[in-house]
Amino acid sequence: MTDLADLASDVRVDLRLIAGLIEPGSRVLDIGCGDGALLELLERTRGVDARGIEISQEGVNAAVSRGLSVIQGDADSDLVQYPDQSFDYVVLSHTIQATRNARRVLDEMLRIGRRVVVSLPNFGHLDVRFRLMFLGRMPVSKRLPYSWYDTPNIHFCTIRDFVELARDVGAKVDQAIVLDGTGKRLPFSLPWIVWNLLGAQAVFLLSREDR
Amino acid sequence: MLDAPLTETDAQASLRRSEADNPSSLVMRFGTDAPLTLDAGPAIAPWQIAYQTYGELNADRSNAILICHALTGDQHVASTNPVTGKPGWWTLMVGPGRPIDTNRFFVICSNVLGGCLGTTGPASTNPDTGRPYGLDLPVVTIADMVRAQAMLVTGLGIDQLFAVVGGSMGGMQALQWAASYPERVFSVVAIATSYRHSSQNIAFHEVGRQAVMADPDWCGGRYLEEGRNPKKGLAVARMAAHITYMSDRSLHQKFGRNLQDRDALAFGFDADFQIESYLRHQGMTFVDRFDANSYLYVTRATDYFDLGADHGGVLANVFKGTKTRFCVLSFTSDWLYPTSESRAVVHALNAAGAPVSFVEIESDRGHDSFLLDIPEQFRIVRGFLTGAARARGIAGPAAEEAQ
Repeated sequence: MTDLADLASDVRVDLRLIAGLIEPGSRVLDIGCGDGALLELLERTRGVDARGIEISQEGVNAAVSRGLSVIQGDADSDLVQYPDQSFDYVVLSHTIQATRNARRVLDEMLRIGRRVVVSLPNFGHLDVRFRLMFLGRMPVSKRLPYSWYDTPNIHFCTIRDFVELARDVGAKVDQAIVLDGTGKRLPFSLPWIVWNLLGAQAVFLLSREDR
Repeated sequence: MLDAPLTETDAQASLRRSEADNPSSLVMRFGTDAPLTLDAGPAIAPWQIAYQTYGELNADRSNAILICHALTGDQHVASTNPVTGKPGWWTLMVGPGRPIDTNRFFVICSNVLGGCLGTTGPASTNPDTGRPYGLDLPVVTIADMVRAQAMLVTGLGIDQLFAVVGGSMGGMQALQWAASYPERVFSVVAIATSYRHSSQNIAFHEVGRQAVMADPDWCGGRYLEEGRNPKKGLAVARMAAHITYMSDRSLHQKFGRNLQDRDALAFGFDADFQIESYLRHQGMTFVDRFDANSYLYVTRATDYFDLGADHGGVLANVFKGTKTRFCVLSFTSDWLYPTSESRAVVHALNAAGAPVSFVEIESDRGHDSFLLDIPEQFRIVRGFLTGAARARGIAGPAAEEAQ
């Protein structure tokens, strides 16, 4: 097993962050796993039993060709097939904004997994607010490269919005990590309002309160 | 219509007949001390299974892959067919450097039970009578075919197969392997297949069987002794089946409404259209290489296939607790075993917690896609087997290890 710290920095910073949250040897389902980069990282550095769902054919083909257990499927419709608590972690990495019913997806994730990891781009970030306020345009940037009319991202939210959704579905935020635009971690002690303004992306570790 | 070219060469006919009992491939014979029990009730003994192997079994016997052939396939997956003289039926998939790399894996492919190329089937000699079995052979099932293969694998000294791979009816056998012998299968690749035959599937097969049995030369199944062959019936059966292997789109692209060797409609019932001529050709070449009764048996076996039936109709229960890894592939234009049926298998495997990969591959070419040059398919099978081989600790071929 490769140590996480030894990894070259070409691995996306949010993926490395997520990997750091996952207990070695656990069972992980990555929803919207793309080409399987995170799953491969988790297999390599965490020795996990890794599974994935991906909607795009290119993504699934690439992941399966890498030897990963990935199926073509849709987060909005295909989570019902998984039994309760069948995974240690269910991961939704930069995908929640592309789901049709984000609340139901999160609810299903909390049913399937003992713990849930969600990473998301923060639509409350200063840069986004700036573009809207001063340019009057929907933001297009390196992290959010789509134009408003052809984006798969139909449900953007801010860090605060997500925290509220988590509370609504009865999830407890066990850990929250916020990164600024350069991928640096924002200090722990900052208040939510600052995270929501300076955070470009966030990673949450959730669990159901009643368990 | 089918009259003129039905001139099977005597050489080919006698070759096919001799292959039924004495195949030119390898064959494992089981005596009365090792009967094969059948789902239908009775056991058969003595019996035999014809097979081919490619590559080398490694020292710890961990690198064996069993390839299961489709309805009318045979054990010559990557070697010349002795009856037709044609190359193996899956040389794109199996061979040195191919996705199923014979430099790395020991590949076994056997003729199915009920087949006609050396494994016990209706054309084989019934030891009790000295005459061909004909319809005296009990009806066989996919599970019976797999039971026969398991005895072959045991006979070869292999406890666990690294993989069982098959398309269409071969995929059914692969899934059945995982159900019948979960401990003996490390991974399964099931391509363009289903967990049970649909009503429509059965309907098409019934048309084929009725065509065979309506041929006066079928002689109630005793045509071999009568020196006859129900070629017309079998050719019609093949023609009907062949349509189900292709998509509307691929037929249209290939033939459209093009006329065959003529400039105008002939106002008759000769083969005006290219598609008619093509289908007749498919029918005629098929009867030269395949036994009509065998066709009845193998189609019946697939019709009877319903993997969940023994588990209260709950497919997930079939795979409960399995450690086998699965790779399920379907093709967008396959209407014989559509993607929805592969998805049902995948859902069941997920519910059972089994590791499963699933891809629906874009292809216009219908069910037959699995036999054709579809690079995506090869890339995925190669990737899946490479990952599984890593997990199983099977050494890569020299070139890969050097990398």
